[in-house]
Amino acid sequence: MIATPRKISALKFGLLSPDHIRKISEARIVTADTYDEDGYPFDGGLMDPKLGVVDPGLKCKTCGSRVGDCPGHFGHIEFARPVIHIGYAKLIHKVLRSICRSCSRVTLSDETIEMYKERIKRAKKMGQNLDAVIEDVFRTARAAKKCPHCGEERFDIKFDKPSGYIEDGNRLSPTDVRERLEKIPDSDAEVLGFDPEVSRPEWMVLTVLPVPPVTARPSITLESGERSEDDITHKLVDIIRINQRLSENIEAGAPHLIIEDLWELLQYHVTTYFNNEVAGVPPARHRSGRPLKTLTQRLKGKEGRFRSNLSGKRVNFSARTVISPDPNLDINEVGVPEEIAREMTVAVKVNPRNIEYLRRLVLRGPDNYPGANYVERADGRRISLSRVPDLTEVAEKIEPGWVVHRHLRDGDVVLFNRQPSLHRMSIMAHEVKVLPYKTFRLNLCVCPPYNADFDGDEMNLHVIQGEEAIAEAKVLMRVQEQILSPRFGGPIIGGIHDHITGAYLLTKKDARFTKEEVSRIFYAVGYTGDFPKPTVEDGVEYYTGKQIFSVFLPKDLNLSYKAKICKKCEECEEERCPDDAFVVIKGGELVSGVIDERAFGAFAGELLDRIVKDYGTDEARRFLNTLTRLALFAIMKFGFSTGIDDEDLPSDAKERIDEILDSAEEKVSELIEAYESGILEPLPGRTLEETLEMRIMQTLSEARDKTGAVAGEYLGMKNSAVMMAKIGARGSMLNLTQMAACVGQQAVRGERISRGYVGRTLPHFKRGDIGPKAKGFVRTSYKKGQDPLEYFFHAMGGREGLVDTAVRTSQSGYMQRRLINALQDLKVEYDNTVRGADGRIVDIRYGGDGADPSRTDWGNIVNVKKIVDKVVRNRA
Amino acid sequence: MKALTEKEVEKMLMEHADSLPDVILEDLKREALAAGLTAKELETVLGDVLKRTEYAQVEPGEAVGVVAAQSLGEPGTQMTMRTFHYAGAAEMNVTLGLPRIMEIVDARKQPSTPMMTIYLEEDIREDREKAKEIGNMISAISLSDIVEKTETNLLDSSITFRLDTKLMKSRGIKIEDVITRLNKSKIEVPDYSESRIVLKSKTQELRELRKLATKVLGTHLAGIKGIERALVKREKGEYVIFTEGSNLKEVFKIKGVDKRRTKCNDILEIEKVLGIEAARRAIIMEILDTLNEQGLRVDVRHIMLIASAMTVSGTVRSIGRHGISGDKASVLDRAAFEITVDNLLMAGVKGEYEELDGVVKNVIVGQPVRLGTGVVELTMKMDKPKEAAK
Repeated sequence: MIATPRKISALKFGLLSPDHIRKISEARIVTADTYDEDGYPFDGGLMDPKLGVVDPGLKCKTCGSRVGDCPGHFGHIEFARPVIHIGYAKLIHKVLRSICRSCSRVTLSDETIEMYKERIKRAKKMGQNLDAVIEDVFRTARAAKKCPHCGEERFDIKFDKPSGYIEDGNRLSPTDVRERLEKIPDSDAEVLGFDPEVSRPEWMVLTVLPVPPVTARPSITLESGERSEDDITHKLVDIIRINQRLSENIEAGAPHLIIEDLWELLQYHVTTYFNNEVAGVPPARHRSGRPLKTLTQRLKGKEGRFRSNLSGKRVNFSARTVISPDPNLDINEVGVPEEIAREMTVAVKVNPRNIEYLRRLVLRGPDNYPGANYVERADGRRISLSRVPDLTEVAEKIEPGWVVHRHLRDGDVVLFNRQPSLHRMSIMAHEVKVLPYKTFRLNLCVCPPYNADFDGDEMNLHVIQGEEAIAEAKVLMRVQEQILSPRFGGPIIGGIHDHITGAYLLTKKDARFTKEEVSRIFYAVGYTGDFPKPTVEDGVEYYTGKQIFSVFLPKDLNLSYKAKICKKCEECEEERCPDDAFVVIKGGELVSGVIDERAFGAFAGELLDRIVKDYGTDEARRFLNTLTRLALFAIMKFGFSTGIDDEDLPSDAKERIDEILDSAEEKVSELIEAYESGILEPLPGRTLEETLEMRIMQTLSEARDKTGAVAGEYLGMKNSAVMMAKIGARGSMLNLTQMAACVGQQAVRGERISRGYVGRTLPHFKRGDIGPKAKGFVRTSYKKGQDPLEYFFHAMGGREGLVDTAVRTSQSGYMQRRLINALQDLKVEYDNTVRGADGRIVDIRYGGDGADPSRTDWGNIVNVKKIVDKVVRNRA
Repeated sequence: MKALTEKEVEKMLMEHADSLPDVILEDLKREALAAGLTAKELETVLGDVLKRTEYAQVEPGEAVGVVAAQSLGEPGTQMTMRTFHYAGAAEMNVTLGLPRIMEIVDARKQPSTPMMTIYLEEDIREDREKAKEIGNMISAISLSDIVEKTETNLLDSSITFRLDTKLMKSRGIKIEDVITRLNKSKIEVPDYSESRIVLKSKTQELRELRKLATKVLGTHLAGIKGIERALVKREKGEYVIFTEGSNLKEVFKIKGVDKRRTKCNDILEIEKVLGIEAARRAIIMEILDTLNEQGLRVDVRHIMLIASAMTVSGTVRSIGRHGISGDKASVLDRAAFEITVDNLLMAGVKGEYEELDGVVKNVIVGQPVRLGTGVVELTMKMDKPKEAAK
């Protein structure tokens, strides 16, 4: 039976007192052995059946329930002699230093103690950290020369790591320590930071050890039938063994020395049982030499209980496979392979309206695609349909109140995720579209938020099980709701690569289409409305690309901005721009300008931005879907390709590039000459050498830029590669420069390459050569190819790049983890304040104006000018 | 209808002074006058503006902290790692990119490249000579700067510093000043002349002698401690002094320095000198500048929140184990972050009480997190389900 879930409202921490340990214990453990020859656990052994069950089929001797239901029960070990708890060794030292050796009072006068109590009370009330006050108590108390209560002289107590205490040359045994701690009055313990109700100081010295239930340390049965015990069990065996020997020796009245040795050994085992990585204590090892994973190791670090099981949990109903693109899907959709759809289920409650439909699904069973895998009866019992011999029988029995776990089907809402999940757009809700083959398919526009490409990326899918969760995901997490990034309030989903090239080709100045072509385009996009008005020239009717594009714009849209191809001339000619870079949309009509990255690209789309913000996410989704389809049809109609011949330069261009590079090299030698003859003027605040380096770097980088400009001149917008770079579809002019003209200076640590041999980078150069070539200037282009020296320098620069990325990912990952941890509890309250989990105000008003960045216009709450303009326009 | 006058526009806007931020009001005033709006038109505009402002408000319960952290963390992967970059025209080294952001967020004691931008008061803003003079005045000079050569003589245990007289003259340092300075730091100078200083020591060991020499060389002679270099540059029609190294307190004491505009990139120093609010502003500005330099767009509000969280307590706290995360009241929060075991052990001693109000805590016990849709406690009262429809 499933217990009713209860809400946990709070947790209280404390120390276990010996009495409490005995009380919760179901068995005192005395035998070090676990199982007898027949494989049955010993009573009073570490696997005592009273401690819970791990073997299927058996019943727990304590609570009577079976595996899974029995939570396990504690046992205990009675120590022959007390032992220091290693986790508290340091604290015990601090406490010992602050109390009197004879009366165990804190060595402060009553008034001071009272004063500290007051301070603690106040700090508690203010919700402040008490550590500072308590630290203060320790500091002042240990300075006392005599006990102010009984007048006893005090000696400083030294801490002998890991768990010894030396007072005035005498070693204190744990028994002595415990005695002293026991005598501390409750009211004094309070000033030392204890909460006497749940933690008495002497409980830090163990006399009884709780033995964790077997469920917390299950043994594994190997194929050979051999049992392999958990590390914790191994450690407990050691403890019991030594404890037994110790008590036998004590009873037999063995010499003091032997007892001391055994006691020490017991301390060692208990220490490593708690923490096997204590400094100064050799870690306890397994027979194979592997250090044991004891209690502390179970909790600590990334793979520890906290970070991997408590803050992060494993889930069911998830799938993972390779992703691939599908431009025919809606941006909200995700293509799911049928194979996965058959495995993943959605729980549907049977009701009179869907009973027939669900019956049909049950009848089809788990193997025929639109079917069902499980049926849950009204009493919660699950029936696996794959084990049912006759499906018709089950289908007949279905009635309202039952639950059918049916296969995933088109339209189901699922969460789709790609790691690393750096922002909330890394998990978005998609609608399922069941498709053949074995990959998840997604629309290309959602690549940017996931940062996905298709070079083998895999993604995860989670099927939402609850109705409430489905509704929530649909409203808040759907792809179309995430078009605007909360990071900067602009679109993060938009056209990429060919979408942009296609739209550009379509809306270029000279793009003309006949009626037949336009019909085809409209058909491809699924447009069924009226045709725009054709232009007639020489008796031939034609449509411009801009007209076709305008068909898909909202009819009351007014907008103007500068396109990506804008050269940022000093004087903008606006609509008469020779490059057609000034985009004007009037009344939903694209009057001038080309459509490129600035229109609907991810991170940059002005037009898309306008549409989401003014017309809503539904309209934006529709717009993106049709626009990308339109662009893809256009690029297919025109045809578009790029290849290495796009970087071909005519011979006179090559000559000019050589000239530029030659003159740059000459200039560099002039600089070097000037430096050597001492005429070079140092820059303010720089040494002569630094100045020379900077001037050389500057000269060479200018030269590279000039060669790039020359290459750009000869290649022109007709060149596919240049076109892509200019409109922002892919690549940059720098990439092209390096391919066609000159790769340029290679740098390591922001400087020209200087490491290698004494006074030179490679043995091919003279010592002290600081010319371009000797310091890693690559004057060839990628297309021409590098000579061995250039290749080597390039590899050096490239290696730095790789190392940089590797370091950066780990560093920024850790920074993000810290940021999230520090800020995760902050939320906006109903009174507009931002508060932490404890209700403390962090900001009176979020961001000063209470605006949600994703609802702002690139950070501004309202674009006043736009609203005023609208009003002015309506005036006319 | 007639276009409104400035007064009339102002009057109409005043009515909304409480509900609209100042920037918007200014925009409105400017645009309204430029477009020559009539009263009725301004009314419509105002209506629209109010509607949009209302729409732009954050939803209660929104997990703004996480969004802010993601907004700063996600572009982290796109930032450069290169520590040094030449700001503008090759004069000064500045830490930029991810290392700089981490430095700010960690609230480091000293930035790796402390810097100041010193603006001058109005009357001398355009005076190049005056700017240079101040620049010279503030850059710190220690003995080592004017010493050309150091000679140690083990025979008579003496150290001789040969001075660069030319440099001394140009910096206006007189030998007498040097001697008084040295005497002030309890260094006896038995013999000196215009171009050399001789020290005597009792030690016979070369190592000791050298140690003394380095110690003496470090003696601060003139200028402001901590400021290594000062550069005067013309920027936007006025002369500005850029310095390597910073010392806000001392620079503020110099006459002619515009204290309102002078900046420094050492956040803890700003906190010490100008207070916590100034430190908060500095955090915001520094992060924003670093991001902009990298061409990354992050909304100010996220950065403001991060800065607020770092400064709410009244002192600048770092983001991480030793700062905000380490100070958290909740044991489980701290345990789940970094130092797991110690936190749990100490929680036992202190008998800490854990209210399950945070994110991690609820995730740990498997309950809905009280954020976003999780804050809503209202449930709809439904009629008892009717008998199944016929």
